[in-house]
Amino acid sequence: MRIEGKGQIDRNAPLTFKFDGRSYGGFKGDTLASALLANGVKLVGRSFKYHRPRGVLTAGSEEPSALVEIIGAANQTPNVRATVQEVFEGLTARSQNRWPSLRFDALAINDLAAPFLSAGFYYKTFMWPRAFWEGLYEPLIRRAAGLGSLSGKHDEGNYEKAFAFCDLLVVGAGPAGLMAALTAGRAGADVILADEDHRIGGRLLSDDGKIDGLTGPEWVAQVVAELKSLPNVRIMTRTTVTGAYDGGTFAALERVGLHKSGRADLPRECFWRIVAGRTVLAAGAIERPIAFPMNDRPGIMMAGAVRSYLNRYGVVPGRKVTVFANNDSARATARALMAAGVQVAAIIDSRPEASAVEDCPVYLGGQITDTKGRTGLAAISGTHVGGAFQIETDLLAMSGGWNPTLHLTCHMNGRPRWNPEIAAFVPSEGAVPGLRAAGAANGAFSTHACLAEGQRAAIDALAELGRVVAADTLPAAEDAPYRMTPLWQVEGKGRAWLDFGNDVTTKDVKQSAQEGYKSVEHMKRYTTQGMAPDQGKNSNVGALAVLADATGRGIPETGTTTYRPPFVPTSVAAIGAGGRGAGFAPQRFLTSDQASRDRLAPMVEAGLWYRPSYFPKPGEQTWRESCDREVMMVREAVGVADVSTLGKIDIQGRDAARFLDFVYTNTFSTLPVGRVRYGLMLREDGYVFDDGTTARLGENHYLMTTTTAAAGLVMRHLDFVHQAYCADWDLRFISVTESWAQFAIAGPKARDLLNSMLDAPLGDFPFMACGPVQIGGVTARLFRISFSGETGYEIAVPTRYGEALFRDLLARAETMGGGPYGMEALNVLRIEKGFITHAEIHGRVTAFDIGMEKMVSAKKDCIGKAAAARPGLMGAEREQLVGLRPFGDERITSGAHLFVPGLDLTRENSEGYITSVGWSPLFGKDLALGFLKDGRARIGQSIRVIDRLRKIDVLCEVCDPVFLDKEGEKLRA
Amino acid sequence: MRITCPLCGPRDRREFYYYGSDDYLNRVTVEDGIDALDNFLFLRDNPAGVTRDLWYHETGCAQWLRVTRNTVTHEVLGAELVADIKKGAAK
Repeated sequence: MRIEGKGQIDRNAPLTFKFDGRSYGGFKGDTLASALLANGVKLVGRSFKYHRPRGVLTAGSEEPSALVEIIGAANQTPNVRATVQEVFEGLTARSQNRWPSLRFDALAINDLAAPFLSAGFYYKTFMWPRAFWEGLYEPLIRRAAGLGSLSGKHDEGNYEKAFAFCDLLVVGAGPAGLMAALTAGRAGADVILADEDHRIGGRLLSDDGKIDGLTGPEWVAQVVAELKSLPNVRIMTRTTVTGAYDGGTFAALERVGLHKSGRADLPRECFWRIVAGRTVLAAGAIERPIAFPMNDRPGIMMAGAVRSYLNRYGVVPGRKVTVFANNDSARATARALMAAGVQVAAIIDSRPEASAVEDCPVYLGGQITDTKGRTGLAAISGTHVGGAFQIETDLLAMSGGWNPTLHLTCHMNGRPRWNPEIAAFVPSEGAVPGLRAAGAANGAFSTHACLAEGQRAAIDALAELGRVVAADTLPAAEDAPYRMTPLWQVEGKGRAWLDFGNDVTTKDVKQSAQEGYKSVEHMKRYTTQGMAPDQGKNSNVGALAVLADATGRGIPETGTTTYRPPFVPTSVAAIGAGGRGAGFAPQRFLTSDQASRDRLAPMVEAGLWYRPSYFPKPGEQTWRESCDREVMMVREAVGVADVSTLGKIDIQGRDAARFLDFVYTNTFSTLPVGRVRYGLMLREDGYVFDDGTTARLGENHYLMTTTTAAAGLVMRHLDFVHQAYCADWDLRFISVTESWAQFAIAGPKARDLLNSMLDAPLGDFPFMACGPVQIGGVTARLFRISFSGETGYEIAVPTRYGEALFRDLLARAETMGGGPYGMEALNVLRIEKGFITHAEIHGRVTAFDIGMEKMVSAKKDCIGKAAAARPGLMGAEREQLVGLRPFGDERITSGAHLFVPGLDLTRENSEGYITSVGWSPLFGKDLALGFLKDGRARIGQSIRVIDRLRKIDVLCEVCDPVFLDKEGEKLRA
Repeated sequence: MRITCPLCGPRDRREFYYYGSDDYLNRVTVEDGIDALDNFLFLRDNPAGVTRDLWYHETGCAQWLRVTRNTVTHEVLGAELVADIKKGAAK
């Protein structure tokens, strides 16, 4: 129920939302949890394992129980913490892990079977018979496991990622964080203040008490106003810092649109990478539950959370309240409730020596040993120094003390330190370089201590960054000591929960110790303690206290499990923002792209490029028909293909020739100006790296081409060779791949086609010549090279003329019986001619293997030369490049293996494999390139081609890899 | 992880391509013999502590850097341009 006049919600902004199909009212500023509690809805979910009724435990991101599904128009998000989800108009939420309904859940039968479902149940039960595992047990367990459900559809939501940089990152905007941000902000430092709440202020919004005579919210408003007036301070609300990484880098998750009704243009979340010079961790503390029997009923909440619901939201989720605590801080909850006119039935304080002076009954030395109420708390019973008690109550506020929120300090292998004075782990100094903890996160709990530590942390951090800042006078605030006597568990008949998220009880932890899993890491895995969505934020310290007790060790000796990022559940969609679908990889389009698509050419990916596969003509039913036609078109008339994807590197300088001699196996310093030469490049380990043609455009000016696939790799390699081995040389080079559009013109009519376009007819232009030509007043580069075996040219124009030239070339070619050809035809043409691609130079072949060992110049050193001469890299034992063709018209496949006829088809007997296959319309059969052991000596022999996947067993003839025009007469024609 | 490029300043590691040990700066030739070649190509130390390796500022200035870093603490201790190191030392 709501308390009039309380809370920081906007009562002038009522909202309606739905939970499990029913409509409820709330206000702007409510969380789903506060709005449900205001409407008297206490039962919000079912527990993971026993399907027990569960309510809201906390008021923060650590919530283990109140997990719901949020249903959007295009999204369904499971396991959303109702304590974090803000209410907006039209919000639709659904409870999870229940069937058929939340009130009546069939699997609640598990709760009756609880004695059999203890730790290790799965390991012990589903072992035998072995055959049952896959067919029966696993599907059964999978169906029962998990909490929320997915829609099964793609998440079409919009997510973003972003980078931010600052001098000082302040994590958490409670008293310590605000003071740190204020101190650094006033000093002019570039500050980011991040807080996961939708409102700045931390516990100051929830707790009573004055700062400089102002209430918490009033003081916060004043500080926020000042921070907002400072241009060097950025405030990020709804932003959880989720991880600490190397070099002052932090990950953070911002909820951008999750609190608003669907707006397509608004990202749901943004994943930040924040780089900070220094960091102050002021993330506060998390209150810990007490493991007393039957402590999991809806209506049993954290005392601090009850204070939050009262003071922030004006909500009291009960009419008759009891408090159970081992410390002073929970007394504030009772006092605040009573001040608001709510009946407090009793305070049960486990400390016999604590003060009994309150305006309600106080049971000292008290412990709760049982609770009642099926879907919500109805009564508690227990003992105290004066005897036993039984109290009817519908809201129990519990507090077992506070654990500093030190998670980030452990993300880089740091281990926390046990502080016996507060019976809690505190951050170890320097665990994350550049990060210091302050306030409650550092184990300092009074408001004064938080303010002082926040200020000190900022001053120290700024000093390290070279800024000297004097301390301003601190605002006056309470400085009460934190008095607490540890109470981890209460013995009794019923189960006492530690981890509400995974249904782990004290009995499970004790059993784990009994069965030999005494290490905290083993206990965690045996019981699943701390493995729920809250990752043990509420329960880990309590669980290891129980383990310590069961094993007779102290808590520091028992140690903690490892704290790992992310601090809160983080959607993969946010981490991978921008990486879905087309965002996964950039797309590169040719200047001819539209012209090819206009001709209905299907596109094929070549690295990041999209290239036309073939150009279908009316009446052609299959790609093969188009491909065959295009091949014959090139052989008989003329074809045009866009080859701009090949890498182009412009190399200039007095040492350019020397450099090429060094990176290529063959010699380029002897290449005349106006000529092109084929070059072979090795890796330093002696294997073939790449090949291509390089043209000498001027005395000190070369243009290298690389294969499409290796363009980037070659550029990186050249940069390395230059900078590492010849930095002194007079040499500059740059990639010009995207500056030039280049088209292959191939076929007997290639020269006619060219001449129909050039401003002046082509004069003497022999094979492997290059030079400038004029076309429509534009200077183009012409190269007489061929990848098809036909008379071939490649013409390059500045990219902006590419599309126009391509369309013009096609129009003219078509009047000559020619036209465009695609990747399929290009592949057949080059196989017929025995030209290699990266299908052949796949990284495991040497120059010898491809028959090019003579290209490794004996007169000079080059990259890879020494390693290529190692034993075993040449000779008869090597698999060598050969051509293969079936004796008949059977089909063969690349990837097939080669066997000597008559030998067994075993791995040991494989003598090679096929790398490329294409149907040659010229020869009327498949032609293949492949590697065969001692292949060059076996030309003319028969070999068996075996592809067991495709059931191919074909006898082939071993041939020279050049099937067509071995002497190159057509090339030179 | 962040690397301070001598030309571009501190940058996220995603801008860099990792190659390997700075052994690769000391190229060997046929004359050095097969053992030296084997060592150069394949035998790498794997130190726990300070190590030097080569990174390429691929989406930045296209310079190769020699980065000194600590494999235990992940601390990046410095970065120099390979070209600066090798200037005057080229064969």
